[in-house]
Amino acid sequence: MAADPLLLGTAVAPARPRLARLQSTLRALLAQRKAAVGGAIVLLFVVAAIFASQLAPYPPTEQNLADAMQGPSAAHWLGTDSFGQDILSRLLYGARSALWIGFASVALGLAVGVPLGLIAGLRGGRTEWLIMRIVDGLLAFPELIMAMAFMAVLGLGMGNVVYALALSFVGPFARTVRADVLQVKARPFVEAARLMGVPAREIVLRHVLPNVASPILIQAGMRVSIAILLGSGLSFLGLGVVPPTPDWGLMIAEGRGFISMAPWMSGMPGLALALLLVGLNLFAEGLRDALDPRTR
Amino acid sequence: MAELSASGWPRRGLRLPGRAAFFRGAGTLAQTALVLLVVSIVSFLFLKASPGDPVALMLGSDYSKESYDQLYRQLGLDRPLPLQYLQWLGRFVQGDWGRSYISGQDIFEMAVLQALPVTLTLAALSLLIALLVGIPLGVLAAVRRNSWIDMLASAVAIGGNAFPSFYLGVLLIWWFGVALEWFPTMGFVAPWQDLRAGLWHLVLPALTLGAWYVGLIAATTRSSLLEVLQQPYMTAARARGEPAWRVVWVHGMRNVLMPLVTVIGLQLGGMLRGGVMTEVVFTLPGLGMMITTAVQTREYIVVQAGIMITALLFISVNFIVDRTYTVLDPRLRRHGR
Repeated sequence: MAADPLLLGTAVAPARPRLARLQSTLRALLAQRKAAVGGAIVLLFVVAAIFASQLAPYPPTEQNLADAMQGPSAAHWLGTDSFGQDILSRLLYGARSALWIGFASVALGLAVGVPLGLIAGLRGGRTEWLIMRIVDGLLAFPELIMAMAFMAVLGLGMGNVVYALALSFVGPFARTVRADVLQVKARPFVEAARLMGVPAREIVLRHVLPNVASPILIQAGMRVSIAILLGSGLSFLGLGVVPPTPDWGLMIAEGRGFISMAPWMSGMPGLALALLLVGLNLFAEGLRDALDPRTR
Repeated sequence: MAELSASGWPRRGLRLPGRAAFFRGAGTLAQTALVLLVVSIVSFLFLKASPGDPVALMLGSDYSKESYDQLYRQLGLDRPLPLQYLQWLGRFVQGDWGRSYISGQDIFEMAVLQALPVTLTLAALSLLIALLVGIPLGVLAAVRRNSWIDMLASAVAIGGNAFPSFYLGVLLIWWFGVALEWFPTMGFVAPWQDLRAGLWHLVLPALTLGAWYVGLIAATTRSSLLEVLQQPYMTAARARGEPAWRVVWVHGMRNVLMPLVTVIGLQLGGMLRGGVMTEVVFTLPGLGMMITTAVQTREYIVVQAGIMITALLFISVNFIVDRTYTVLDPRLRRHGR
């Protein structure tokens, strides 16, 4: 998705080959730096999520009404919310649900979407037609609306958020994989392998899958940040993770009513979310640069 | 895409000269019709899968077995599923979408006549803001490459992605609504009834939703313009002595429109996503608000209407985007698309 500062540099047609080589080296380096910075930010959040129980100064759901809505201080670095819960502690635990929703839903979406796309692309004929029409239908629903409808049927809670988001990712993944499989299938080496009598399973695993892996990986990288955004959005709407689970979207929603008295209540979780999204986007873009020869 | 033979392997050299345009045109329509069919089936199944008994809901807490059975038959729930689907579809097409159990309001009226215009107004205004800011920003970034304005453009792009509408909306309410008191922070006044107050209420929501698009539009404009600037005809235009602004804005922009339309169409999902959250943040009575409330109160029939209408919106915009290509690029007209 989205804005991509990457597309930016790609248009220059280099005049001299040496300049071109220098430019492409520079660009690859830049991409590495982008991925490195993004990866570092994401790693920070992963560490925060894993060691939340050690790092958090207070239990995330410990209420202390005497200390409600205090600004940032030595005792509460990022302040407290309207129940007197420590915001830093809730942020650290919130990283858990954010990352879990992001990665689990994308993984599940891949687990369903990739085989569907493979089957459609390889089998062709009626199977392909049927699968692609269902995928088209799924893609016609805006992802958030589909997730909301799914939550309405399944009920609230973190597990269902993962299922709902995964379902909305099946379509895009299946479509990407199918399109790539169609291209790879037409390439001479696949035909050669077929003529040499390599079994179909082997062709799929050794020749087709590796060649469609990087576009899928690029897509998956981009989807993680969308999943986290949608997940916290659902919580914000009151249709996702349920309180008292520490969740950034919920925290932003709770702080909304106190924005003039205690702006840190919404502000801090929002900043954490923004930082994580920047990290994930940078990493995904760096990943694409590294994997996609066209942008190199 | 290559045509496929029965075995699924690409068949080479299959072309439909002459009548290709007609076939592809009809193909798009047929494809859209198929998508609509799948969408309607999914929406119908959604209501079937949702928990709760519609008959009990309609009758309230106190009812007899006879009245239950009567309504059950009256609603056609005793018939086989495909028949129920056709019945539902027939009613849907006629605009008979049922009544809300809670407010008793007609759902077609609620969704199409009341909520949809709000959502469309918000989307149009946001897109307008995004284009008015994004295109000049992208052009400047391309013309003054690697200058501070170029950096600003990419910063806006990164920021737009990182600040989801529900957070940006809260921030804008805090700064411009609560602290500075410049703009109202909630509620909707229809611009077609009171233009001034209407637009006034929409400033912050449209900024919130538009901000996300600005970076995207600027980045697309920049990258396509950079590509175009390298083309020989641009050098030719400059060599003819045409002023710089004309070269960029007339010859250059013509070629930027196409990728711009593509990006706007592709990111429609993002627009709807942001729109739902923006509506909830600013309590605008649009489709997003309607669906959110309906999910919270478990009014599945209203959710279903929301699903159908957003999907229809989605499909029709994609269709329009597809058609726009032929308008923007004369080369596509001859061969059809």
